[in-house]
Amino acid sequence: MYNASDLRKNLKIQIDGEPYNITEFQFVKPGKGQSLYRCKLKNMITGSQFERTFRSVDTFEPADLQEKKMQYLYPEGNKYCFMDLETYEQVYLSDDQVGDTTNYLIDNLEVEILFFGEKPLGITLPNFIELTVTQAEPWAKGDSATTDNKPVTVETGYRVLVPPFITEGEKIRIDTRTGAYVTRVK
Amino acid sequence: MDDDRSPARHRENLRIRAGVIQALRQFFIDRHYLEVETPLRIPAPAPEIHIDAVPTGEWFLHTSPELCMKRLLAQGYERIFQISKCFRNGERGDNHLSEFTLLEWYRAGIDYRDLMRECEDLFTAVGRFLGHEKALSYRGTRIDLTPPWRRITVREAFDLYSPVSLEEALATDCFDEMLAFHIEPRFNDGTPVILYDYPISLGALARRKPDNPTVAERFELYLGGLELANAFSELTNVGEQRARFEEERRDRIRLGKVNYPMPEKFLHELESMPEAAGIALGVDRLVMLFADSARIDDVVTFTPEEL
Repeated sequence: MYNASDLRKNLKIQIDGEPYNITEFQFVKPGKGQSLYRCKLKNMITGSQFERTFRSVDTFEPADLQEKKMQYLYPEGNKYCFMDLETYEQVYLSDDQVGDTTNYLIDNLEVEILFFGEKPLGITLPNFIELTVTQAEPWAKGDSATTDNKPVTVETGYRVLVPPFITEGEKIRIDTRTGAYVTRVK
Repeated sequence: MDDDRSPARHRENLRIRAGVIQALRQFFIDRHYLEVETPLRIPAPAPEIHIDAVPTGEWFLHTSPELCMKRLLAQGYERIFQISKCFRNGERGDNHLSEFTLLEWYRAGIDYRDLMRECEDLFTAVGRFLGHEKALSYRGTRIDLTPPWRRITVREAFDLYSPVSLEEALATDCFDEMLAFHIEPRFNDGTPVILYDYPISLGALARRKPDNPTVAERFELYLGGLELANAFSELTNVGEQRARFEEERRDRIRLGKVNYPMPEKFLHELESMPEAAGIALGVDRLVMLFADSARIDDVVTFTPEEL
């Protein structure tokens, strides 16, 4: 159980059975008055936001959140199947829940999935991931006119800008937080 | 412009802080106030519903030097000031530190109106000491320090700015929300504001206004939307003071808070206290104002999180 004095930015609490993240927090106390804890809350399931001011007497349930290591198996319609590496249990996440992580989802990739109780909320990818280039324009050697990066396509269908020397069939490392090319993998 | 958290900016803020404290001392010395130091550890803080003391052994760290300062008034010290550390449990925010520096001054034979004027003089003196002639700039707003400052009663402020009336706010226990979110933000328009005449229930140590017993002779001072000081014409009626303390203690018990012992020695000496007015001014916030800092963290050497 949290007290109002525990409230801070990025604390996850439960209100009316749903998990909320505190996205903004302000402590206010007018002279001789009571402590006011002004929070902006984001529903972690629906994404909807609202503002609420709490007082010292308010208490809060921590949101029942748990991260589990899971392996990506396969897409099925507009869903994505993942398997718990300890229990072998399978769960499905929707398009919305996986978002643009599909740019990096390859078979057997290990990811962290955040659960609220039994309900999966979203995916955290490894920060770096290695993917094979499946389509790239050849590098015109000696063409010194351009050293600009060029777009290539990787095995997931994601298109990314890379240096001109990258060729088809090579593996490259991508930063999943920014979506940017990092280095060639030998 | 320097980043607010840069070492150069912090060094400059601490230099301003030292200047502010020097200017405050000089102001009171020039006016023949005696500087005093009262104990930080006390057995019985003033029972106030929303101010929580930090326990130390069987006693408490003082939340303000108010009761000891008034005992000095009762003992015949007519003009006294103190700059001291105070401690209030659970207060931490952009404008709050649990350990902070408070300036209090008390003077026999005056009332809160005289203190309003003395505040105007004080800011003029501190501003001049720091090289601000008649104005300062805080968070993009120029604040003109030329007296007289704007004076507005709590009732007028509610009529002008609050979505609910003062009566309704008190009846539904949302006075603080209205003040913090609807009224205080309007006090950031380039002039210092003195908000005065609080409902009697909100001034546990303040005197009743003789011609309007529903309000307490209390004022708060705002500059740049920042609350700087709280002042009273002091309550000197022992019976009434005891009754108000009893009420605050009942409220504390109702909220499950620590019940402080009744400050009996203070109540006893209050008998001989002269009519007087007193005020507490947040020194850290005063420095924020003159250093143009948005956070109290920027004007202290170390925050608790840095220790």
